[in-house]
Amino acid sequence: MSTTSTKDHAELAGQFNADEKRVDWHDETLWWIRQKRDKAVNQLPEWELLRETASKIKEHGLSNLSNYLEEFEANAQANGITVHWAADAKEHNEIVHGIIKKHGVNRMVKSKSMLTEECHLNEYLTENGIEVVDSDLGERIVQLAKEPPSHIVLPCIHKKKEEIGDLFHEHLGTPAGVSDPQVLTETARQHLREVFLTRKIALTGVNFAVAETGEFVVCTNEGNADMGAHLSEVHIASMGIEKIIPKREHLGVFLRLLTRSATGQPITTYSSHYKKPRPGQEMHIVIVDNGRSVQLGRKDFRNSLKCIRCGACMNTCPVYRRSGGHSYHNAVSGPIGSILAPNLDMEKYADLPFASTLCGSCSNVCPVKIDIHDQLYKWRQVIVKAGYTTKAKTAGMKMMQWTLSSPGIYHAAGKAGRMVMKYAPFAVNNALNPWYKQRDMPKPPVESFDDWYKKNRGNK
Amino acid sequence: MSNREKILSAVRANQPELTALPEIGSLKSLADKANLLTQFTTVATNIGAKVFEVKSLAEVKTIIQNKFGAEKRVVSTIAELSDIADTKEYLGDLPVELADVELAILQSDLAVAENGAVWITEEQMGQRVLPFITQHLAVLVNTKNIVATMHDAYSSISITTQGFGAFVAGPSKTADIEQSLVIGAHGPRSMSLFLFNED
Ligand code: SF4
Repeated sequence: MSTTSTKDHAELAGQFNADEKRVDWHDETLWWIRQKRDKAVNQLPEWELLRETASKIKEHGLSNLSNYLEEFEANAQANGITVHWAADAKEHNEIVHGIIKKHGVNRMVKSKSMLTEECHLNEYLTENGIEVVDSDLGERIVQLAKEPPSHIVLPCIHKKKEEIGDLFHEHLGTPAGVSDPQVLTETARQHLREVFLTRKIALTGVNFAVAETGEFVVCTNEGNADMGAHLSEVHIASMGIEKIIPKREHLGVFLRLLTRSATGQPITTYSSHYKKPRPGQEMHIVIVDNGRSVQLGRKDFRNSLKCIRCGACMNTCPVYRRSGGHSYHNAVSGPIGSILAPNLDMEKYADLPFASTLCGSCSNVCPVKIDIHDQLYKWRQVIVKAGYTTKAKTAGMKMMQWTLSSPGIYHAAGKAGRMVMKYAPFAVNNALNPWYKQRDMPKPPVESFDDWYKKNRGNK
Repeated sequence: MSNREKILSAVRANQPELTALPEIGSLKSLADKANLLTQFTTVATNIGAKVFEVKSLAEVKTIIQNKFGAEKRVVSTIAELSDIADTKEYLGDLPVELADVELAILQSDLAVAENGAVWITEEQMGQRVLPFITQHLAVLVNTKNIVATMHDAYSSISITTQGFGAFVAGPSKTADIEQSLVIGAHGPRSMSLFLFNED
C-alpha cells in the first residue's frame, strides 16, 4: 500500500487524470454529495450557530485536553473498560496484537477506523499472521482490491461498479459481469454476516468519546460496527486523543453536524453509545497520540485537531475532486489530510499543502470551522523555512501546471484558478523561488465578470 | 515514564490556554417545536422507515401478521406481544443464536423529529445485537415522546445509557457502490415505526 509513496501529489494526480471520463465522473459524484450537504444545511436556520458552538466546544476541549483525558479514562475504567495508551502507531499496533494473542485467535473483524489506516494496523497484523476483515462495504471493496481507502467517508468512491463486480467475481464468487449495486451489496451482506458470526474479536473506531461519562459513540449507516462488536467476545475501540468531548449534551451538537456535512442525511442510521461491556464481554479502548500532542503545540495548526472526519472538505475541493484521494498518498486525503500529514512527516508530505488552490471552499463547509485553507498556506511557509525548498518549489510548480492545464479546475473553479496564481507558490517566498523570476505568468483577470457584476449590483 | 504519563505530560505542555465552554441553551430554544408528529413522520419516511399510526396493540398485531409470515422467528421485549412473538426464551440465547431472527419488535421512549431517529436502550433491546442482526425491525413509539431536536433528546430523562444505547434512524443502508442507495447493508432490511398516542 505504500508503493505510491515515492510519487508526489502532482504525479499521482496526473495518473488519475489519464482517464478523463473517469475524472469527470469522480468530480460530478462528489459535487452531487456536496449539493446534498447544502440542501440539508439550508434546512437549519441555526446552522452557523451550530458550527460556531461546535468549534468552541472543540477549542475548549483541546485547551483542557489533559484533564478530559484523565476524566474519560477514570470513568471508562469505572464502567469496566480496560484503557490503554499508545504514544505512536507502533505501540497501538502492538497493543492490539497483544490483546488478540492473549485470546489465542488469529482473525478479527474491523469496522471503519481511519486511525487504524494511519497506523497501518492491517499490514502489521497480517505480517504477524492475523487475518483482518474490514466490514464496511466500501472498505471491504478496497481491501479486496489491495488498495487503501481514497476517502474517509466514502472509501471506494473512485471505483466503478464494473470494477467492483470483477472483484466480487474473483473473491466472492458472483457470476462474471454482474455489477448491479443491489446484487453486489447483498453478496457482501451474506459474506460478511458469516464473518461477524465467527469472529471472537472486533475492532471499531470511535467518533466521539465523552469525558463526563466514559462512553464512546460510533456512527455507521450499515450497522457493521454494531454487528461486529455485539457478536464479539472482545471489543477493541481505537481512538485518537482528540476524539474527547467534555459532556454528553455536546453529542447533540456534533451529531446534528456530522452526517448533514458528510452526506446530507439528517443523522447516520446508527449512533451507538458504548458505555460498559456486555456481561461476559471484554472491552478495551486504545488511546493514541501519534503526533497529535505535537500538533497541539503548533499554534497555527492545532485547530486541525477539531476535525470530526465528515469529509465535506474533500467533497467540495476542486483539487480533490479532480485528483482523487490516492494522489495524497496519506491515510487521510484532501484538504484536511494535507494539514495533518506534514505534522507526521514534513519531508514526505511537503507536496501536500501545495495540492490546493486555496479557494477556501473547504473552510466554508467545515462543520467545526477549521481555517483549512489558511493552514495550508501557512504550511507552505513552514515547509520552505524548514529547508524543503526544492520539494516545495517542485510541488508548487507542478500544481500550477496541473491547474492551468486542467480546465475542470482553472475554469470551473473560476475564482480558485485566480487564487492559485495569486498565492501559489511564489507568495510563499519569492526569494526562494527562482521559477517565479524566470518566467512570465499568465496574468489572471483581476476579477471575473461574474464577481464584477455581483459587486456592482450589490452596491446599488 | 509510562506511555500514559508521556502522552499526558506532552498534552499538558502543549495545550493552549484554557478557553470557555460555550452555552448550548440558545440552540435548544431555536428549534421548531410545531407539528412534531408531522415532522417526525416526514423525516422518518424520507430515510426509509415505514410509519403506521395505530390506536391499539391489536392493530399492531394485525399489521405485523399481514406483513410477516407466521412461520418465521419473531422476538419482542414487549410482554403484551407474547402471543405473536417470543418474549422470553431468546433472552437466554447467545448473541450468535439470534442470527435467524426475522423480526424484532421493540419499544422506544424517545423519538427525534428533526432526524427520524428513535433512542433504544439496552433494556429495550433485550439483547444488544438484536436491533442490528434482525432481518426486519419494528419499534413502538408513543407520540408524546417525540422531541424536536437532538438537544432536546439529550435533555430527556429517557436518554440514560446503562451499558449501551443507540439512536436508530431507518433501516440499515449503504451507498458505497457508485453512490446508489441500497437498503439492507448489514442490519435490518426494513424498519417499521408504530406510533400510538397514550397519556
Ligand atoms: S476538516 Fe472539517 S470538513 Fe474536513 S473532514 Fe474535518 S470536520 Fe469535515
